[in-house]
Amino acid sequence: MKVAVVRFPGSNCDADALHAAAAAGAETTYVWHRSADLGGADVVVLPGGFCYGDYLRPGAIARFSPVMRAVAAHAAAGRPVLGICNGFQVLCEARLLPGALARNAGLSFVCRPVTIRVESDATPFTARYARGQVLRMPVAHGDGRYVADPDTLDRLEREERVVFRYVGGNPNGAMRDIAGITNEGRNVVGLMPHPERAADALLGSEDGAAMFALAGVAAGV
Amino acid sequence: MSRFRARVRVMPRPSILDPQGQAVSHALGELGFAGVGDVRVGRAVEVLLEAATADAAREGALKMCERLLANPVTEDYVLEGVEPAP
Repeated sequence: MKVAVVRFPGSNCDADALHAAAAAGAETTYVWHRSADLGGADVVVLPGGFCYGDYLRPGAIARFSPVMRAVAAHAAAGRPVLGICNGFQVLCEARLLPGALARNAGLSFVCRPVTIRVESDATPFTARYARGQVLRMPVAHGDGRYVADPDTLDRLEREERVVFRYVGGNPNGAMRDIAGITNEGRNVVGLMPHPERAADALLGSEDGAAMFALAGVAAGV
Repeated sequence: MSRFRARVRVMPRPSILDPQGQAVSHALGELGFAGVGDVRVGRAVEVLLEAATADAAREGALKMCERLLANPVTEDYVLEGVEPAP
């Protein structure tokens, strides 16, 4: 399995994500945002950070980077894409996931461990978790409040596309405590918490490691 | 082709909580401004562009709003004006 981590100007969790993927046994590569292809990767990770300085809105400018056409094609082909934090914001701006991430309700940048519950194990990134499993990992964002119109929220719930929910406290005011969602095809997942920062016992939690150990994704599939 | 300045106002949608507006409302109250109610904080964008006519400039500016300047999930936009620019 080959994992590509996309680097935008302002990405800052790229090395952590690459490390977590490598630790999970994947072949790894960085892909610069100006690249028009993904280097033959099976899985794409859009990492955390502040691409383009969050100008206009987080993710708004990154969406037009050449690599995003390749990411959209990869997603349309049903292949796995994971957006973490800023990567989640980019996926929403690119309309690969519904809704948007708005300024935290409390206005403060929130950087601390949170507890989330796995609501769906039907994605490649959560197949190794059990539904209902509770995970501990950090958030680090100023714009993490998931918002969408009521119809979209109802649809996400009805189709079991809410993948993670905050439990025991919602750090940003996200609607319906949503921490992560997936697309209709279940192959694109975005979440605000940082699994790559909880992928090794040295970091205080290994709960995120399994997100990088994709079951059933073979090279070339 | 002529030069135009398009002025766009982007505001958080009424259904979306605006914590910045709430904080500003609170601060105005603290400063002693009586009767301050709801405050909403948005963004103003000015775009200088070349177009054949003012209508063409307006059409271009509206497309920019739809595609980039506003996020339709969270924001509404108003094209406040398109005027000739030097």
